[in-house]
Amino acid sequence: MSLKSVITEPVFSQNPIAVQILGVCSALAVTTSLQVTMVMCLALTAVTACSNFGIALIRNHIPNSIRIIVQMIIIASLVIVVDQILKAYAYEISKSLSVFVGLIITNCIVMGRAEAYAMKNGPVMSFFDGIGNGLGYSVVLIVVATVRELFGAGNLFGYEILPLITNGGWYQSNGLLLLPPSAFFIIGLFIWVLRSWKTEQVEQPDFKILPNTVNSEQH
Amino acid sequence: MASNNDSIQKTLLVAILLCLFCSIIVAGAAVTLKPLQIANKQLDKNKNILAAAGLLVEGPSIEEQFKQITTRIVNLETSAYATEAELAEITAAGFNPDAFDQKKSSKNPKLSAKLAADKDIASIKRLEKFAAIYTVEKDGVVETMVLPVHGYGLWSTLYGFVALEGDLETIVGLGFYSHAETPGLGGEVDNPSWKAQWIGKKLYNAEGELAIQVVKGKAAPGDLNSVDGLSGATLTSRGVSNLVRFWLGDDAFGTFLSTAKAGGA
Repeated sequence: MSLKSVITEPVFSQNPIAVQILGVCSALAVTTSLQVTMVMCLALTAVTACSNFGIALIRNHIPNSIRIIVQMIIIASLVIVVDQILKAYAYEISKSLSVFVGLIITNCIVMGRAEAYAMKNGPVMSFFDGIGNGLGYSVVLIVVATVRELFGAGNLFGYEILPLITNGGWYQSNGLLLLPPSAFFIIGLFIWVLRSWKTEQVEQPDFKILPNTVNSEQH
Repeated sequence: MASNNDSIQKTLLVAILLCLFCSIIVAGAAVTLKPLQIANKQLDKNKNILAAAGLLVEGPSIEEQFKQITTRIVNLETSAYATEAELAEITAAGFNPDAFDQKKSSKNPKLSAKLAADKDIASIKRLEKFAAIYTVEKDGVVETMVLPVHGYGLWSTLYGFVALEGDLETIVGLGFYSHAETPGLGGEVDNPSWKAQWIGKKLYNAEGELAIQVVKGKAAPGDLNSVDGLSGATLTSRGVSNLVRFWLGDDAFGTFLSTAKAGGA
């Protein structure tokens, strides 16, 4: 695979959230405001890229029996470093992200890419695979966060776009969009749009239901 | 190489080297970023002091705004401002009286004492000897007094501030800067509309007894001593009620407040 396809494929064709349905948990939790979402996307992209790089670098020396633990150590160390950096340089945002930065450790995208790609490919390609998957995650999160913040709170990046009735404007905010279930709906709609555009992503049904034969004989 | 990878020696070697390498990176990041993080925490605390006092405004930096605040140390045993000798005692124990870390001092045996279980309604176990309070003064008269409070909620110790008006009876604000209560339930202690209820509440009832409390459900209209409980967070509400009552009660700031009110402090 070329470098370009490694970066661009995961954005739409092999999107980790929309196609592989990985990492949905944090997509529900951190998408109420765009600013927080952007930081989360950056953090996840950095962790995925760097952990992929590190794992690919030592992939030929990782004993098979402790391979998952080795991956976890590298990922966990990187997550702690990212968390420390956020606490030092973006304290307010790290407070609102709270536990979700730590939970990048268990984000399936990071583990999934380490196991599926970095264990079999060179460090540079793995690094860009991490960037690509981070971007794929980011695209979905940014779409979800834009919808949720705009229609849920009337803001974008904290700036007022739709003046709320409570502040003397005309827009009645949709409180549901600020609750986690709304992210499910938006991700669902995103997958629908994506699969209408890229029809090869539509899965074959496991079985087909035959027309009703018993009743038609009786009539 | 691949066949050697699974030998015990190789497995141990990879595990040990990797752990060493990762621990150096993690420790390095934690140590080098620590000063910045401490500064951020202090800034956040100062911001919360300003917010509790109702003085926080957009625009000027927190440092600039914090200049109107005077930090004072109160001796909780004598219920008076700490004397020079006592300030020297604090410095000797390795603490800076100007930026007093009360949370840390509760672990220092010289600066804190075990609290009897029957008095410990806020479940704090140890009571500090000294507390840093923050005042806004104009011509020597206290306009606002911000008192640090902490106590156990459901999952965690909540740390925050209660700000009182110059009469030392009326609450101007309350806020927590550190807690780990359930987001959406107990975490609603950060909800601005809940915090706004505290403004204007009185500490004492008509008989002069400490009566401020968080009630379960809705507070009766016109009740100046009660605040609505948080729905779905009975234990956190009870914790907040207990910690406010403890810190404003006679075992902590209560006596200090009454002497200060009489002009004694």
